[in-house]
Amino acid sequence: MNWDWNAVADFMPHFWDGLLVTLEILVLGSLISFVLGLVWALLSRLPSRWVRWPVGAVTEFVRNTPLLVQLFFLFYVLPEWGLTFSALTTGVIGIGLHYSTYTMQVYRAGIEAVPAGQWEAATALNLPRLRTWTAVILPQAVRRVVPALGNYVISMLKDTPLLMAITVLEMLGEARLFSQQNFHFTEPLTVIGVAFVVISYLASLLLRTLERRLVP
Amino acid sequence: MTSGLWELVLQGVWVTIQLLVLSALLATAVSFVAGVARTHRLWIVRFLAGLYTEVFRGTSALVMIFWVFFVLPPAFGWQLVPLWAGTLALGLTYGAYGAEIVRGALSAVDPAQQEGGIALSFTPWQRMRLILLPQAVPEMIPPFSNLLIELLKGTALVSIMGMGDLAFSGNLVRLALQESAEIYTYVLLVYFVIAFLLTRVMRGLEKRLKAGVGKAPAPRTEKAAAQPAGAGGGLR
Repeated sequence: MNWDWNAVADFMPHFWDGLLVTLEILVLGSLISFVLGLVWALLSRLPSRWVRWPVGAVTEFVRNTPLLVQLFFLFYVLPEWGLTFSALTTGVIGIGLHYSTYTMQVYRAGIEAVPAGQWEAATALNLPRLRTWTAVILPQAVRRVVPALGNYVISMLKDTPLLMAITVLEMLGEARLFSQQNFHFTEPLTVIGVAFVVISYLASLLLRTLERRLVP
Repeated sequence: MTSGLWELVLQGVWVTIQLLVLSALLATAVSFVAGVARTHRLWIVRFLAGLYTEVFRGTSALVMIFWVFFVLPPAFGWQLVPLWAGTLALGLTYGAYGAEIVRGALSAVDPAQQEGGIALSFTPWQRMRLILLPQAVPEMIPPFSNLLIELLKGTALVSIMGMGDLAFSGNLVRLALQESAEIYTYVLLVYFVIAFLLTRVMRGLEKRLKAGVGKAPAPRTEKAAAQPAGAGGGLR
């Protein structure tokens, strides 16, 4: 095993670039998945089966098929439909959409966990429907599900390297480019592997703190 | 599509299934060994098993695949056949998630059962084999079922390394025909069908195992919502 610290030093500037892109994907993808997941969850509670069934079928399909193929689909098919985005935007949309089908279930569990008494109280106070949701149900539901959402953010972090396949230069993309140019495979790959472990460990510590403060 | 291209896709399906079965077997073996080791009485065994799960759950499956393909050969002087390299990377990564499932299910068994085993002067191995595992395994099936779907989705990653699985043959067909929407829809549908069949099989398995310890499966509605998905569970 030959380990070359110089190669590590040469790789570090690329590493920071890649880390920045990875975090960018993570933040934007999380936002999309949080918002879209809530939309799916609310739609799947509508009384009309013409809304519930298609939403259920689509989210089930997206959840049970590989993110990688979905990314290829978006990357190659959207331009055919006249929608041309950058690779990064496509990737963020893809990963956000994929994870929204997971966060949807989290929200749904959270909404169902709100005690029935809260609904009854809202009815008794004659609150309008919108107000019931925004002032009574969602604040309690979202508070409960923050830890579970955080877990999906950590999973998403570990799926960001897939965007390398559609030419996004995030951490793994930078590492591969560097390896191919300099014929050092061991160092860059090990550096980013360690980086993933460290980042997800720190994130899980952060999450545990958040959980203690939010969940009664 | 011409028949030659269909053949390519079928070969891709076959490689995906081979990879799925092999890495599922490895992951199951690893998760039971590591999960049981986390309840061992020696702290060093617990520590090593915990270290393994944290490291392999912490890193990305794709990074692990790159590592097995590119770092292992020069570092240790041996190169694996792509199928085995993919199996190793996926099995070890998803085995770490599985270890958490095993550990969780073992610790969820009523402590009185364990104490009963001690009172009857069972050895630790007998307690594990005759008391804990028969009760814990049926509880592991639903999370393992989710993990199996995650593993199926994970097998697509090997196509980046040029292994001819379903996703890879989809890319080849796209290059040949230039009809991306149609081809990727077919590929996604095949994955979905495999995933659907897997959930059916696992549900049947759960039913049989639960009948073995005199329980009925939990009502199936919203089961996915009630418990965090296997790999999606993240680091906790």
